[in-house]
Amino acid sequence: MTPPANVSRRAVLGGALGLAAAGVLGACGSNKGTGAAATGGGGSKVSLSQWYHQYGEKGTQEAAKKYAAEYTDATVQIQWIPGDYPAKLSSGLSSGNGPDAFEGHLERSLVSSGQVVPLDDLIADVKDDYAEGDLAANSIDGKLYSIPMINDPQMLYYRKSLFEAKGIKPPQTLDDLIAAAKELTDKSVKGLFAGNDANNTGGGLTTAAIYSTGGRFLTADHKIGFDPAKVAEVLLKLRKFAADKSLLLGAPTDWWDPSAINQNLCAMQWIGMWAVPGMSTALGADEIGAFPFPAAAGGKPAVVSGGWSAFVSAKSKNIDAAKAFTKWLWVDKTDLQEDWSLSYGFHIPPRKSLAAKASKLQSGPAAESVKLNTDYGVQGDPNWTPAMSTALTDAVTRVIGKGGDPETELAGAVKKINTELSKIFG
Amino acid sequence: MSQQTTTAPQVRPVGGRTSSARRTRAIHGQRRAFWLFIAPFLIGLAVFVYFPIAWSAFLSFFDAQGTVTPTKFVGLGNYTAMLSDKAFVSSLVTFTAFALLIVPTTFALSLFLAVLVNRVRVARAFFRSVFFLPTACSYVVASLIWKLSIFNGVRFGMANTLLGWIGVEPVSWLASLDPPWYWLVIVTARLWLQAGFYMILFLAALQNINPELYEAAFVDGAKPGWQVFRHITLPLLRPTSISVLLLCLIAAYQAFDEFYNLLGAVEYARPPLVYLYHLALGSQQNFGLGSAGSLILAAIIAVVTVLQGKLLGFGRPSD
Repeated sequence: MTPPANVSRRAVLGGALGLAAAGVLGACGSNKGTGAAATGGGGSKVSLSQWYHQYGEKGTQEAAKKYAAEYTDATVQIQWIPGDYPAKLSSGLSSGNGPDAFEGHLERSLVSSGQVVPLDDLIADVKDDYAEGDLAANSIDGKLYSIPMINDPQMLYYRKSLFEAKGIKPPQTLDDLIAAAKELTDKSVKGLFAGNDANNTGGGLTTAAIYSTGGRFLTADHKIGFDPAKVAEVLLKLRKFAADKSLLLGAPTDWWDPSAINQNLCAMQWIGMWAVPGMSTALGADEIGAFPFPAAAGGKPAVVSGGWSAFVSAKSKNIDAAKAFTKWLWVDKTDLQEDWSLSYGFHIPPRKSLAAKASKLQSGPAAESVKLNTDYGVQGDPNWTPAMSTALTDAVTRVIGKGGDPETELAGAVKKINTELSKIFG
Repeated sequence: MSQQTTTAPQVRPVGGRTSSARRTRAIHGQRRAFWLFIAPFLIGLAVFVYFPIAWSAFLSFFDAQGTVTPTKFVGLGNYTAMLSDKAFVSSLVTFTAFALLIVPTTFALSLFLAVLVNRVRVARAFFRSVFFLPTACSYVVASLIWKLSIFNGVRFGMANTLLGWIGVEPVSWLASLDPPWYWLVIVTARLWLQAGFYMILFLAALQNINPELYEAAFVDGAKPGWQVFRHITLPLLRPTSISVLLLCLIAAYQAFDEFYNLLGAVEYARPPLVYLYHLALGSQQNFGLGSAGSLILAAIIAVVTVLQGKLLGFGRPSD
């Protein structure tokens, strides 16, 4: 093979170099994929990108797209992000290749690094329709940075028939829970599934352990909000699950997916209310019961109140359009909010007026979950950073998994958390 | 195949000034061609490798959380923070344990396979391909197969089904710390993926050994089998063995995919890259600490590699 005689070597190379350079520049410049092209056109509609994490329930992605298509003032592209959503979101936001509007959880670093804009004006007219706790969990230094979309209470769900067969009542104390898990374990069924890492890093049991002592991650004035000695007592008890071999570990799906309890791999599972429709379909609504993480000595039963909130990126080229869209979807369109909360997985609508008329949440395990959330639900703290969380879960893993001394390990975590706190609050 | 000469085309001096001018022009042309050819590579290397390394070094001296254009200079603060960070230090321990497990096993298995395949008389190409094939599989895919199908913790996982036949209770492979079964999962995954590649290296070296040496050994009374392998084959494989050890160790340093996909970022099995990923690129976005950590890691890798090379005599002229 010889190159055509009339093309000089230099021209070929020059062309190749040019192409390579164009590729490099193109890669640097391209911003939002297909969306970016539409933005420039004079008079044409603004294009926005909106990010969701991957919801497990069928129909959610289609619903999100349907909502976006209904909006007339801008073209909204939905990005449905599977896998490690927080990591992808963080890198998207800090690189400027991120979304215009997105769902997430408020953390102080989002605000301190200027990645999100305040949204107080969007809910000004309906502020009274939100619970104070919801607003606090979405505010930093008195400014609201995210609008609550859905509330997700997480607690222990169980198979009533398996409990009845062994004459077990929903546990009132941690010792009861440990005994029940052991009792319910047999050759094919494990007593409890709390995540494939026993939920040390998933945030369920560790968080609940702290709340159950009456503690919180942080106090309102940004100090450590729990008593390490009390938490250590709970952790020592949690070790028993592993010793009794009553924990399901290494299931094909993780704690947020109801497959394990649905497939009869466990009798109890730590999971959120979103899974109630999935569990009811597989096992029957009468088969499912719920109870909170039992109170520690002198504490209170614990339900972890999670959820998702809507944000607008400060790096968006169309902040106003993104705010308008966010207001339209998550403030004005109550019918769509209702659909999002109740038609797929179950979530409690943060709007009091919507929650009050949510008939699907007024019977069976859903009603139980809502009641337990009202009585015992504790919301996250936006000042509790991922670094603090890592310090704590590492300590818990060493205590539960490796038999580390709880006092020493928690003292180490507390020291690290205090360093973080002093870095942020001085 | 045609015969090729390796001598450079000669510039024949025809006479005086014209020839030297032509030669200069030829050299100029060659120089230009040289730069044209290597420029795309060089530009890519500068833009995607050297520049990020330099920027990372810059970031490591700043408090850079959530930004790559920091303003708060902290001197060596990030370095001292990383070196006193229990999690980072324990990630180095995890990684050392991993290297100690994976390097010798890979070495032994790939050498064993190479000797086997070299001995085989029928379908040698078939066996060679079969053992090499896993190299083409991605770490992510292999991790998922290992995690979800072979080593899942429930009774219908493959390993647990096999154990069930002999009456052993299901083992939660990845969550078990005592005994630490997760090492078995991690090491077998990487062994399966990389042993074939190193087998090919060994195979090439084995086929380069002059058969006359074996004949001579036989004449001298060496027993075929272990004695010949120990005194003829192994010494002659020395250059390849050293390269395999070095490559294996470097690959172990880069361990990320299987740990991340099999275990996420659990405290007990978090090699440095996974920890740094979570620190810098995960939700923490602490580029200052992450950069400091990665430079510390780079320094350790450089020192260990140089030491290992010195100890094993890598690059020493063979005799």
